[in-house]
Formats: sequence, structure tokens, C-alpha cells
Amino acid sequence: MSKLGNLGARLHRGEVGYDFVGNRKIWYGVSILITITAIVGLAVRGLNMGIEFQGGAVFTTPKTSVSVAQAETYAHDASGHPAVVQKLGTGGLRIQVAGIDTGKSDQIKDTLAKDLSVPSEQINADLVGPSWGEQIAGKAWEGLAIFMVLVVIYLAIAFEWRMALAAFVALIHDITITTGIYALVGFEVTSGTVIGLLTILGYSLYDTVVVFDSLKEQTKDITKQTRWTFSDVANSSINSTLVRSINTTVVALLPVAGLLFIGGGFLGAGTLNDISLSLFVGLAAGAYSSIFIATPLVADLKEREPQMKALKRRVLAKRAQAAEAGPVGEAEDDSFAEEPQDAAPAVVGQRSQPASRNRGRGRPSGKRR
Amino acid sequence: MAAPKKGRSASAQSKPGRSLALILIAIAALTGGMFASGHTTPRLGIDLAGGTSITLTAVNEPGQPNAINKTNMDTAVEIMNRRVNGLGVSEAEVQTQGDRNIIVNIPRGTNSKEAREQVGTTAKLYFRPVLQRDASGTGASASPSPSSSAGGSASPSPSSKSKATSGSASPTSSATSQGRPVTDALKATSTPSAKSSASAAASTKPSASASPSSSAGSASGGAAGLQAQYAALDCSKPEQRATAGKGAKTGEPTVACGKDGNVWNKFLLGPVAVDGTEVKKAQAVYDTQGAAGWQVQMTFNSSGAKKFADITGQLSQKTTPQNEFAIVLDDEVVSHPYVQTAITGGNAEISGSFTQEDAQSLSNMLSYGALPLTFKESSVTTVTAALGGEQLHAGLIAGAIGLALVVIYLVVYYRGLAAIAVASLAVSAILTYVIMSLLGPTIGFALNLPAVCGAIVAIGITADSFIVYFERVRDEIREGRSLRPAVERGWPRARRTILVSDFVSFLAAAVLFIVTVGKVQGFAFTLGLTTLLDVVVVFLFTKPLLTILARRTFFANGHSWSGLDPKRLGAKPPLRRTRRPSAPVDPKEA
Repeated sequence: MSKLGNLGARLHRGEVGYDFVGNRKIWYGVSILITITAIVGLAVRGLNMGIEFQGGAVFTTPKTSVSVAQAETYAHDASGHPAVVQKLGTGGLRIQVAGIDTGKSDQIKDTLAKDLSVPSEQINADLVGPSWGEQIAGKAWEGLAIFMVLVVIYLAIAFEWRMALAAFVALIHDITITTGIYALVGFEVTSGTVIGLLTILGYSLYDTVVVFDSLKEQTKDITKQTRWTFSDVANSSINSTLVRSINTTVVALLPVAGLLFIGGGFLGAGTLNDISLSLFVGLAAGAYSSIFIATPLVADLKEREPQMKALKRRVLAKRAQAAEAGPVGEAEDDSFAEEPQDAAPAVVGQRSQPASRNRGRGRPSGKRR
Repeated sequence: MAAPKKGRSASAQSKPGRSLALILIAIAALTGGMFASGHTTPRLGIDLAGGTSITLTAVNEPGQPNAINKTNMDTAVEIMNRRVNGLGVSEAEVQTQGDRNIIVNIPRGTNSKEAREQVGTTAKLYFRPVLQRDASGTGASASPSPSSSAGGSASPSPSSKSKATSGSASPTSSATSQGRPVTDALKATSTPSAKSSASAAASTKPSASASPSSSAGSASGGAAGLQAQYAALDCSKPEQRATAGKGAKTGEPTVACGKDGNVWNKFLLGPVAVDGTEVKKAQAVYDTQGAAGWQVQMTFNSSGAKKFADITGQLSQKTTPQNEFAIVLDDEVVSHPYVQTAITGGNAEISGSFTQEDAQSLSNMLSYGALPLTFKESSVTTVTAALGGEQLHAGLIAGAIGLALVVIYLVVYYRGLAAIAVASLAVSAILTYVIMSLLGPTIGFALNLPAVCGAIVAIGITADSFIVYFERVRDEIREGRSLRPAVERGWPRARRTILVSDFVSFLAAAVLFIVTVGKVQGFAFTLGLTTLLDVVVVFLFTKPLLTILARRTFFANGHSWSGLDPKRLGAKPPLRRTRRPSAPVDPKEA
């Protein structure tokens, strides 16, 4: 795609770009709105917990000729909940429905008996406990908490605490949005959903870390120059990894979209839909938050540092001085030099190297000396 | 950036062929192993493949009307869950049904017979000293003359008698109250100084029951009857095995059957010395130093350790078979190791001619202690897939379509480089598939639908690694470098990014795997596996392949379809005309 290819090149040269950091307030606003919607959804509608979490009723039928798919439909109609139906070795069916109390289960039993045309007393109804029980869910939370602590520590060491904090905020943001969507859509939360959520968690962090890695690299010697503020550099770093972010997100989302739309189209609602919805929403949110939320947040936090404040003052002073374009790059500055003439003023900081770097270009090794 | 680290990258660049050969050989070997083992598909979980469903019903035991309560049921569920899903990757499900049933669902392909034994029959575990042991079915055992089994000095039959008379409340309650072992109760009754004298109590016990003469004194006549029972017992007959020693009181001697290889033995056993609940942990280990082969190591809690030290101290003085203690599981002797010396400190090793399987199943039984309730198997039936096969089918089709789209996208965007990307993806996919297939029989790994979806997402994460790298290389080319230096210079930075971000994923996987249980653990395992494979593939396949291909003129000259065309990438015009002819860069200016 030459257009895309060119876009990459132009992003690289800083000819085009979007001022992510400058417009951060807009995106914060968007995120806050979505998050509030999600929280309201959670509060009002609540999550529809599946049988693994809250237990439910299990109906065991005698031998019947009704197919599994049909029984699923009957049970769903009778109870209003998606049902898990398994054929037993005896030829009967085991139908599990979440969130049913004793009174309701009798009613469903009668309906099922009619649907399956078997006598009602031959259907055995029992309440099942949550197979996920408090133990599994509790341990999952425990693991999650330990992981969060470790990851924040790790990021604080590998990068810095501001980035750790921003990554954490982005993560909470993604999880809130995903669970909120679940509450709004009303899908049942199954073990698959939880696993989907955990997948997202890993991915969201992963994505954020990739973006931060480039940010860290580009802001290494930021105080040694007076052309760009931290925000400018942060912005250019997002823009320079934008191609990678877009590509990765597309590559990750395509198969999931396939699952969600194609798989869902084939089958209608089902576990596959449950899982792929959480994955789809989460992956999209994860990609979005690492670009629009996490990095601007780091810039926000960094700009409060006295060092960065001083830098900003210097930069602004210098810009005011330079009435005409074409400032000279700092000699000691490795990563910020030679801005192309046509760069948009807001878009900055590209990683081209000063002329001195071109020595030894012709050498196969790429070594300079 | 001035000088890229020349550590591994240097060696990698000099020997790209070696890494490629390494990974290809690994793939070939694993695939060969997969076909050789005959497990050519990953094992699927219940949701996809169905399996066996076992319904267990808690049985009321006399004297404990209130034992079947929610707490005990939940404990039982927890223990069974650990038994059938010890590693957390087998996808077995355990849940309560009604107020006295437990349903255990085991995915197809796991050894359901073994699992049934593990969950259903594993009710209670005790360590009892062996008083007599005979091969069973070889005619009547020589009637045990009192002298032959007399090993005990003191015969404090009072203890056993007082137990019999002083109401059996305490021993029975101990069967349910986990961690309050029977012997405590015994001590309390036999010795005035209660708990402090564990040794005294324990030491009297084995010998107490050791001699039939002592039991002759017991009013109940239980022991005398026991001798007769023992003489008559024929463990080679299943119907006799089913009744042998059932309902034995913990504080009294009993008979039991046990199997050594293919031979049934019958045992006359003393009262319970240590309760199975006092085993803190057990594991099967392979003895690498000595020649003991597979062993089971177990660790007792503090009170168990004390009792175990006492009983072993006692037993080590004796001769076969009375120097043996029997590990009795649900009234069947699963193992009867002999004791050479007193084992203090609470750590013991059981060695014998164990196979790996034996050792693991014994350690499982020991680890997961005793169930608080007795269960009977009320039904075993096969169940079909909970989700129906069409879900998996649709999932795979959708995933395939999604992957095809990914390939198209990569080809459009990366052109020639896409070949490398697609090849890397293929290598990842093959490795993942083969390893998952192999893990089925080895550790009982089973895939459920969420895990399949997770594996599909993992494709994106894998793809990301080489996207990061490709973008780096292209950036280098935009700087005006020719391809080969660009490939080498781009690598260290890309490598760092890949490692840092994969580390986060791996950290998540490791923590979740260690902390959680059940399905989440299975998921964590899948995540960790795919993350590791991602790193392996990028390091050993993608990078070397790119290094090799960079030497080809198609790429090196930046053919417009190579995805590395400097012109297309908008490389900067070189500032000096010292370019190598192999990589002409057209100046980008009019």
C-alpha cells in the first residue's frame, strides 16, 4: 500500500502527525465519558453472572430425541438465560441454567417437560453450586492483585514511576470499559469472559509498554536540547510508533473480529460470542488507551517536574527568539536535529540524525569508525 | 544508539544459518515425537469434546448426622478439584449439586478410570502399622500365632478398650474435623497428661494392638474376631475386597487388602498412627543421585511429624512385616513401605520400585489429604460437549478467515517482508500446536474454547514482535542505510522492546499460574507458553531469516515488491555519494 507506506515515511519524518498530547484533554474527556457510561451500566444493570459464579439449576431429563440445539432454545425461552445442554450417555439431557431459585426451577421444569414431551416428574431438577466457587474466583483476584503490584514495580524500575502509573491507569480504563460493555449488552459472564478479560489485561499492558519503550528512547537526552518540550517529544514518539500500533492492532483484531462477526453470524449467541466480544472491545480499548491516554498522561506528569518545567521555559524562550525558521540543532543532541522545513509546528522531534552520523555510511557494517 | 551492543547480535548475525537449523530441527523433532506418541491433536476440554461425568453422593456415617454440611461439601469439592486438576491444566470441573452431591466432569481422553479412583474412592487416608501381611489367595494364611505377631512390649489394651467403652465420639469426630487427628483423642484417653505425651501414646499404640493376646483381653472380642476375619480373608476375590475392613474404627486394628503389582496381599493393621490430614505436602521426585528411581517425598505438619517420628522409631526396631507401616486409603493399602530408622523432622521419603505414575498418584493421594466426608459413586455417564462441536468448528473457521485477512494485510503492507512474517507465524503456529498436543498425554493439558480464542489472540502478539522489528529496519533504511546494516542495527533496539514487553506478558502468566487454580491456571499456562514461543521464534527464526534474506538481491536492492524499497519508504537522500552500488537510493528530490 503505497499510501500507507508513504504515511509511514511521512510520520517518520514528522511531516504529518496528530497532536495527541496537545489534544489530550479531548481524549481524556472522551475516555471519562465512556468510563462513566460503563460504571453507570455496571451500577444499573449489573453483571449477568453465569452458572460458574452463582450456581444455578440443573435439569436431568430421561431419554429424549430432542437435539441439543433445540433443547438449548427451549431452555433459553423457558428461563431467559442461556443454557448449557449436554447429552448424557443415557440418552437423556443435562440442562444447566444460571441464576435460578427453587421456585423458578419448578416452573422451568414444567415448561421443559412440555417442550420435550416427557412427564414432568421424570425430569430431575437440582441446584448446582458454582463450580468456580469462591475459591477459584478469589484466587484469580489474588493473582491479579499480585500481578498488578509486580508489574507496577517492574515498570517503575524498567521505565519510571510515572509510566508505571500511567500504564496502570490505562489498564483500569480498559477493564472498566470492557466490563461496562458487558453490563450494557447483558451477556452472561462466564469463565470464558474472565479469561478474555485477563487476556486483555496482558495485551493492554503489552501494548502500552511497546509505546513507552519508544518514548523512553526518544526522551533520553531531552534536557540537553532546547528545541522541544517533553510533550513535543512524547507526541512525536507516539507518531513514530503509530504505524506499528496500527499494524499490530489490525493484526490482533482481525482474527477476533472474524470470531465475533463470522463466528457469531454462523451461530448467533454463544460462548464464542461472549469471549470474542470481550476480546474485541478490550483489544480496541487497549490499543486506544496506550496511545490516547497512557502517553499523554506521562507527558502530563513529566511536565510537572522542575527539570521539564525549566526545559519548557527555555524552549519557549528560544522559539520566541527565533522569529524565522531554521534553528540550528544542538551539537550534543543526538536525537533532535534537522527538522524538515515543512514540519507542522506542532509536530516535532524526529529521529533523524545529524550529518555527523552519516560518516561511514558506505561501510557494510554500518559502523561509523 | 552510537554503537549497537555487539553481544548476542554479533553471534546471531554471523551464524544465522545455525539458529535456523536449530529451530527447524526442534520442530522436526517435536513433530516426530507427536506422531510417534500418537497424540496428534491437542486434548480438548469438556466444553469442546465432552467427557465423563461422575456424580458422587455424600454418605451419612453413623454417629455424624451433621457431617454433610456446606462447609464440608465445599472442602470436598476443593480437594477433589485439586486431585483431578492438580496442575490446573486438565480442565476438569467439580461442582456441588443439590446439597449432598458432587459432580465431577472429566474431559474426554483423560483416564477416566483413574480419575474416578482419585475422586470417588479416595475418602480417607491413614497411616497404620502393619501387624501381619500375607499374600492373599494362596490358601489360608498360617494362623497367626500370638508369638509371631507379638512385638509389643507393653500391652496397654486399656487404651484400646477405654476407647471402645468411653464412647467413640472423639475418634469419629476426628474423621470429619480435619487436622484434629484421632491419635490426639487416643492420647487423651490413654494418658492422663493429654497432648504433651504424644510419644507415649504413639509408642504404646502399635504394640498395643500388636499382640493378639492383648486383644484377647478386650471385652468386645473384636480383635479375636479380627484374627478369624483375617484368616478367612481372601483379597483376590473382589467381593471380599469390597467389604474388607470397611467401617474400621481409627483407634482399633483392622484388616485390609492391598495390591503389589499383580498380587493381592492381605494385611492385619494396627490402629491409626498418623492421620492423612497431617501430611502437609507430598511430591514425586526422581532420585538423580542414588539408584532409587522414583520416590515420594512427604512433609508432615508439626504434630504429624512428631507422631510419625514415634511410630517409625517403634517400627524400625522390628522385623518384616512389622517394620512396615501401611498407607491406607479408603480401607485399601496403597503402599506399605518398611522403616529402617526413626524418621524425625517431619520429612520422609518412600522409595520402592515405583513407576513414575505410581509415585505421582501416591503423592497426589498424600498431598490432597483426606476428604472430610465419605462419598459413593451414584452415577457415571458420558456427557457431550457443553458447547457443541459447532462452536469450535465456527471458531476455527472464523479464526482461519481472520488469519487469512491478517496475511493479506501483511502482504499489502509489507510486501516481500510478509513472506518472512507469514513464515514466522506458521512456525509459531506449528510449534504451539505440536507442544499442546504433546502436553495432553504428559501433563493432562486440555484446551477449552477460551484458550483457543486466547491462542488466536496470541497470534497478534507474535505478529507484533516482528512488526516492531520490521518498522525498526524500515526506519533505519529511511535514515539512508542500506539493507544489511539496517537489519543489524535495527535488531538491538527491537530486541529490547520485544523482551521488555514480552516480559510483562510472561510475568502475568507466571503469577497467575502460581497463584490461581482451575481454568484461570490453564489460561495462564497457555499465555506463558505462547509468550515464550514468541520470543523463541523471533530470536531463532525471524531475525536469522531476515539476515539471510537481506543478502539476496531482491531485498538488498530494494525491489519495489520487497517491502524494503528505500524510495517507497522515503529514505533521506544520502548526504555523501559513498553508497554501495548494491543499495542505490534514489534521491527523493526533484
